[in-house]
Amino acid sequence: MKDPRWLRWSLLALALGFLVLFVGLPILTVFVEAFRKGSAAYLEAIRDPETLSAVKLTLLTAAISVPVNLVFGIAASWLIAKYRFPFKGTLLTLIDLPFSVSPVIAGLIFVLLMGARGAFGPFFERHDMHIIFAVPGIVLATTFITFPFVAREILPIMQDLGNDEEEQALTLGASGWQILLRVTLPKVRWGILYGVILCNARAMGEFGAVSVVSGHIRGQTNTIPLQVEILYNEYNLSGAFAVASILTILALGTLAGKKLIESRIRVRA
Amino acid sequence: MTGLVLGGPASVPTPPRNGLRPSRSGSSDARAGRMASARGSLPGFGLSLGITLTFLSLIVLIPLSGLVWKTASLDGASLARAVLSPRALAAYRLSFGAALVAGTVNVVFGVLLAWVLTRYEFPGRALVDAAIDLPFALPTAVAGIALTTLYVEQGWLGRFLEPHGFKVAFAPAGVAVAMVFVGLPFVVRTVQPVLMDLDLHMEEVAATLGASRLYTLRKVIVPAVLPAALTGFALAFARAVGEYGSVVFISGNMPGRTEIAPLLIITKLEQFDYAGATAIALVMLLTSFVALFAINILQARIGRVGRIGRGSR
Repeated sequence: MKDPRWLRWSLLALALGFLVLFVGLPILTVFVEAFRKGSAAYLEAIRDPETLSAVKLTLLTAAISVPVNLVFGIAASWLIAKYRFPFKGTLLTLIDLPFSVSPVIAGLIFVLLMGARGAFGPFFERHDMHIIFAVPGIVLATTFITFPFVAREILPIMQDLGNDEEEQALTLGASGWQILLRVTLPKVRWGILYGVILCNARAMGEFGAVSVVSGHIRGQTNTIPLQVEILYNEYNLSGAFAVASILTILALGTLAGKKLIESRIRVRA
Repeated sequence: MTGLVLGGPASVPTPPRNGLRPSRSGSSDARAGRMASARGSLPGFGLSLGITLTFLSLIVLIPLSGLVWKTASLDGASLARAVLSPRALAAYRLSFGAALVAGTVNVVFGVLLAWVLTRYEFPGRALVDAAIDLPFALPTAVAGIALTTLYVEQGWLGRFLEPHGFKVAFAPAGVAVAMVFVGLPFVVRTVQPVLMDLDLHMEEVAATLGASRLYTLRKVIVPAVLPAALTGFALAFARAVGEYGSVVFISGNMPGRTEIAPLLIITKLEQFDYAGATAIALVMLLTSFVALFAINILQARIGRVGRIGRGSR
């Protein structure tokens, strides 16, 4: 039973209109504003030393927090998919916890714990270690925010694919590492890639949590999103949008990669 | 040492190494039990448990305990003063109110988008489907400045809205607009699989038996879609309440009027009022846990337990 033609057209128009308003126009705005002063100004804004140092810090942050999440994600999904043990549900809830915590609160907890007046503040000060308003705090907050990403993508795929091959490998005398590296990881490779792509996008784009712990020291503790904020607050609109366009291209690339992987997973399934 | 855990003897049956890997039903018939409990015979339990718990503790549990530690050091009177100050109350009202409005808009248009995507064929459908996820992928600060630029007085949309008295940027409506953006994928992605699974056949049978379209909608489609839509609403609501980056640019941040609760936390932190920041954070955390609890119940009802958070990508 199909919807009548008039209904189909009006629902479609309404849905697409909403999407254009809330997704299409913002994306278009980013690129129009970024190039408002021409491509020379665009390139200049991107080549600015402060922007470049923000890019470097963002890459560094992602380069630490994504691998941490990857190792955790593989270990946690192996644990949850392969064994039965008590409190498994509680463990899953705890892994999901960062999803339900506001980014600002994620930043706050690290300030409370490691800031100058925090629980471990005096300890870090004695050892001349700077966590808050420094790079380690940014990495920690980003890792917290992205914590469930990889595990949550690998786990359902590992559970769906079952353990038959692993058990056969075990019977044939393979060791645990051999099973992991030669059987399990190849089986879930698209899930891993999917999780890594999403985790990376979030790590590079995180704003709220990083904003709380960074201290906004120009050229030192500014990530790309924080640099966008600074330029915007200085009324340097075209500069802000030029830097924002880097993140927008990253987001569009992430979506394209996600779609590609989804079609791969579907073909296998 | 880890080699002992991981590279254990590969002979079958592997002797159980600890009590945490029981055979499926604790059956005394070892041979039958071996087949059934094969799930527990792979090596690596100790190592994967160790890595999982270590990372979870270091990155999530110990930091979150900082909040508990801080709260424990507060006395009740100052806690109540911080939680119930007029400025804080105005901030909750805005954050929760705008999140409710945004969640409702998300339900209406989310169900509509899911319906269009699952039922209609049209050119560019794959592109539209991909565009739904953009709010997950686009950094919130970028969304924030883009939406603000659209809705300011001279903006593409603001120039049509403001002359008619609809002030969006730097007003509570702007907060809701930003929250609609961040919440957009949640309802679509929870409702879409339900609509896909919903047997078209059932609708046809209903029609054959003489049911009107509206009757079928009310008796067949709405009951199936409602739990998923409510889950999506709760997810979008929880996300919107905690949202900072996309809201902070468009809201205008006037204390008592357009200041959201997360921003108030940051303001208090900048004034070194750690106790006040913690108190407001607790109110927000409790709310999102209530939302999470509601989601869990709803998820159990639609039989996708343990997949919360999948929508939060």
